[in-house]
Amino acid sequence: MRYLAERTLGDYLPLLLQGIPITLELTLASTVVLVAAGFVFGLGRGSRNRLIRWPAGFVVEVLRGSSAIAQLFWAFYVLPYFGVELSPLAAGIAVLGLNGGAYFSEVVRAAFASVPKGQTEAAIALNLSAWFRLRRIILPQALPIMVPPFGNALIDMLKFTALLSLVTIQELAYRADAIRSVLEDAGPVYSLTLLIYFAMALALSALVQWLEVAVNRWAGRSTRTGRKAGPQERSTSGVPRWAFGR
Amino acid sequence: MRDVTMRYGSRTVVDSLLLSVKPREKVAIIGPSGSGKTTILRLAMGLERPSEGWIRIDGNYLWHVERNGALLPAGEQQARRARRAVGMVFQQFNLFPHMTAMQNVTEPLVHVLRLSKKDAHDRAADLLTRVGLATHLDHRPAQLSGGQQQRVAIARSLALRPKVMLFDEVTSALDPELVGEVLNVIRDLAHTTSMAMMIVTHEITFASDIADRVIMFDHGHVVEEGTPDVVLRNPQSPRTKQFLKAILER
Repeated sequence: MRYLAERTLGDYLPLLLQGIPITLELTLASTVVLVAAGFVFGLGRGSRNRLIRWPAGFVVEVLRGSSAIAQLFWAFYVLPYFGVELSPLAAGIAVLGLNGGAYFSEVVRAAFASVPKGQTEAAIALNLSAWFRLRRIILPQALPIMVPPFGNALIDMLKFTALLSLVTIQELAYRADAIRSVLEDAGPVYSLTLLIYFAMALALSALVQWLEVAVNRWAGRSTRTGRKAGPQERSTSGVPRWAFGR
Repeated sequence: MRDVTMRYGSRTVVDSLLLSVKPREKVAIIGPSGSGKTTILRLAMGLERPSEGWIRIDGNYLWHVERNGALLPAGEQQARRARRAVGMVFQQFNLFPHMTAMQNVTEPLVHVLRLSKKDAHDRAADLLTRVGLATHLDHRPAQLSGGQQQRVAIARSLALRPKVMLFDEVTSALDPELVGEVLNVIRDLAHTTSMAMMIVTHEITFASDIADRVIMFDHGHVVEEGTPDVVLRNPQSPRTKQFLKAILER
């Protein structure tokens, strides 16, 4: 066995790489919370009922208006005083997801608001149920608009998971830091970590591109044919062309 | 409709309107922009809840239920029941842009009337053919002209076989050359169907062709009403005369 001082990054490589699945799982779990929270807050803020709209607005402003690290520490250290004991994992995923959801709620709200009111009115006049209106009329027009900003949110989330190293979760950044302190050399390990994050972000980017095609197909909009829009398109839908095409 | 009043804030758009449309009757509503004519149709469709008064369609109250001889306010469920008898065609067509012409017609048939896919398809194909779109069944709204879109919208409403059809300035958003094709479809329909119709329009000739009764509406009130021969050719009210003069000299 070599002395600690003689060890190189190679010795710790498996330790570092084991952080990749953990970081990806954290990203995925937090993003699920993000999407759920984004829809709840977004639809809440768009609600006609003040008793729903105002609390939703308040929560969103609090989440957006204070730092994620402070929220994380608060959930980790202060919540237990109120008798709510969350595991670091649960607290971390909740804070990151709610925080991202607060931002994403504006995307959701804007996407729903961009569907012309006439669409809902026509659907009511045809006696379509509220659930059908949402699922088959409104969502197919709102969802494609949300996908590109969702791509941003997803990659943001990947990078934000590094914050969880501060509450003892041993994801990629945590391991990188631990290895740096053992090696007493920041250069190689941080360079490699940077590349790993970049590769993961690239993969997520590709995933979002696939998702965009899939969502557009589900929504009944073809993205591949490149059909030229007629001048009438704008009159039936207030949604601009660039919001759908690629 | 009885004593129906619609206010937005302090603005009264429709004031104590009493209006009844008989089965098969075709009623044209004319009047200047902002007079509240469109609001009458929106009230009849149940898109707006009146500030006062009640609306009854084919035996069902739109926003009320009758109990022991008293009218009690009711909610969305009752409104849905009453709306079944009504169809509406909008100024802006409001076709669903992500569905083909065919799907625009069949989806409500399958979902609302619970028709089988095949029956819905047959009924939709038949109607779209009748409005002259047999060759455009699989086109998306964006691939259709305004006139074609409006004809799909008409077929879509007809498919549900309402007892009353509402047409809200259905040619106002069209290029002038496309107006004729849409009016012809409605004209044919008016002469062959047993449905009642309420038509808000600025097309005076068209109104006199198809209407049994014409209503001149302004500032939330009925100014004048009667047969087309009276209201359009021999109006009594100075306001109607002035309005018709302005429109015909356009």
